[in-house]
Amino acid sequence: MKSRPNWPAGLFALVWLAIVVGPLLYLVTVSLRTRSEYLGKSVWELPDALTFDNYVTVLTGGFGQYLLNNVIVTVATVAIVVLVTVPAAYAVVRNTGPFVQRGFTLILMGLAIPAQATIIPVYLMITRMQLYDTLTAIILPTAAFALPVAMLVLVNSLRDVPKELYEAQAIDGAGPLRVLVSLVLPLARPAIMTVVVYTALNAWNGFLFPLVLTQSESSRVLTLGLWDFQGQFGTNVPALLAAVTLSVLPIFVVYLIGRRFLLSGLTAGFGK
Amino acid sequence: MSSQRPSAWYAVPAFAFFALFAALPMLLVIYLSFTAWDGLGSPAVNGGENWSRLLEDSEARASVWRTLLLMVVSWLVQTPIALLIGVWAAGKQRSRAVLSSIFFLPLLLSTAAIALLWQALLEPNFGAFVGGPLFLGDPDIALYTVVLVISWQFIPFHTLLYQGAARAVPPSLYEAATLDGASRVSKFRHITLPQLRYTVVTSSVLMLVGSLTTFDTVLILTNGGPGTATRILPLHMYITGFSGFEMGYASTIAVVLVVLGTALSLAVMRWSGFRSMSSQQEGS
Repeated sequence: MKSRPNWPAGLFALVWLAIVVGPLLYLVTVSLRTRSEYLGKSVWELPDALTFDNYVTVLTGGFGQYLLNNVIVTVATVAIVVLVTVPAAYAVVRNTGPFVQRGFTLILMGLAIPAQATIIPVYLMITRMQLYDTLTAIILPTAAFALPVAMLVLVNSLRDVPKELYEAQAIDGAGPLRVLVSLVLPLARPAIMTVVVYTALNAWNGFLFPLVLTQSESSRVLTLGLWDFQGQFGTNVPALLAAVTLSVLPIFVVYLIGRRFLLSGLTAGFGK
Repeated sequence: MSSQRPSAWYAVPAFAFFALFAALPMLLVIYLSFTAWDGLGSPAVNGGENWSRLLEDSEARASVWRTLLLMVVSWLVQTPIALLIGVWAAGKQRSRAVLSSIFFLPLLLSTAAIALLWQALLEPNFGAFVGGPLFLGDPDIALYTVVLVISWQFIPFHTLLYQGAARAVPPSLYEAATLDGASRVSKFRHITLPQLRYTVVTSSVLMLVGSLTTFDTVLILTNGGPGTATRILPLHMYITGFSGFEMGYASTIAVVLVVLGTALSLAVMRWSGFRSMSSQQEGS
């Protein structure tokens, strides 16, 4: 079907492009300016020289530790979520018993729980479990609050698998565990990727749980590190923005590699 | 054959984990709302004291209104933009695919990164708008500035939702309308919008609950200021609990948050026929 070009919409899209890209350009260009350039010149003027000094300042200021902590929190959260939700989703689809079905309904209700509202009891539980100020303290609740979406995505995808496939496996004498490994895992691979991406992005960018459940520098993650840099650097905005840029860089690389998974991951379970 | 089905044990780790770290805290927060607790010692039940205090707390009431204002304005700003861009981006041209992948970029940034970026951008002396309004310093506009930052962060997500949904509209509907000589605007009104109604609901629920629980953006951007101009409910809860060490009273505010969030989601779903959508999902 041929259609005329939609000029107003195209123009609107270009305006929106400026709104999205403008701040990002500001982020990167200011991070490459010297402090005196930042203070002495308008952002609209071209700088005399670009410098990577701000990045050096940030990288020598504890950034590596925060990055490592972020990686640990993200990997552990993803591992927990995938390990517990894949078998559970298989059970929800194939086990019609009331325990499994009611449990699933309960987990779906968790979609509506605002994590903020539970932060005080979570703080109580974590301190009582002697986990305060550890990375585990961040990992456990972050994983728990990732469960509802992960279950929704996996169950939706496994429900699309024809019953006959399961039954054929059963006739071949395969037990549930073998079905899980040889049928469910391969079929659910795109959905698992979605869960991995969604959970990883949430864990990587998490703020509230680290803020409330950790304290010392050794257990600090990137998002809090950024906030801390703001206090440390005072008015050294170029250095702060270099830190912000560095914090985005890893996820940007992941985005370039796995754009397709990332996009489906972000809208997972809401698209229907 | 039923013996070949997975036993309930397959689901137990996930259920137990969720129950312990998500469901149990929901129950605990209700209990804590009836206690006095400074965050260090043990919570001590003090009856309905927190709740009667809440009724007289004008600051809490003001923060509820701010929260509702933030929600409504965020919805009004984000929904039309996300809808229009999403529908536009659903087209097949290559330029649209490239542009949409750029539109998506803000979603990669953490809220902390976005708040710090915008703080620098809006800084009155050295930012990008020197001589402009005091975006974050003027009590009359600070809350609207927060809305702008939130919108910048989340419109891309809602655009994705609309883009996906618009792609699923059957092309035959448009073809028939074209044969009837329908204009672009009337096609949008009579085909696209009705076909996207469930997406509007989904997006709205996520948006409203999202702005109800907006927290890190405001904490970093303004810390509730200037004065209390941007102290919305979740921030009021956080400051009461973790700065004021009144965890019991803060739990009371948390319960209000849960009630507001649940009521809102239910209301949006009821008004917009979301029920038919959930039954449709069960059938799939």
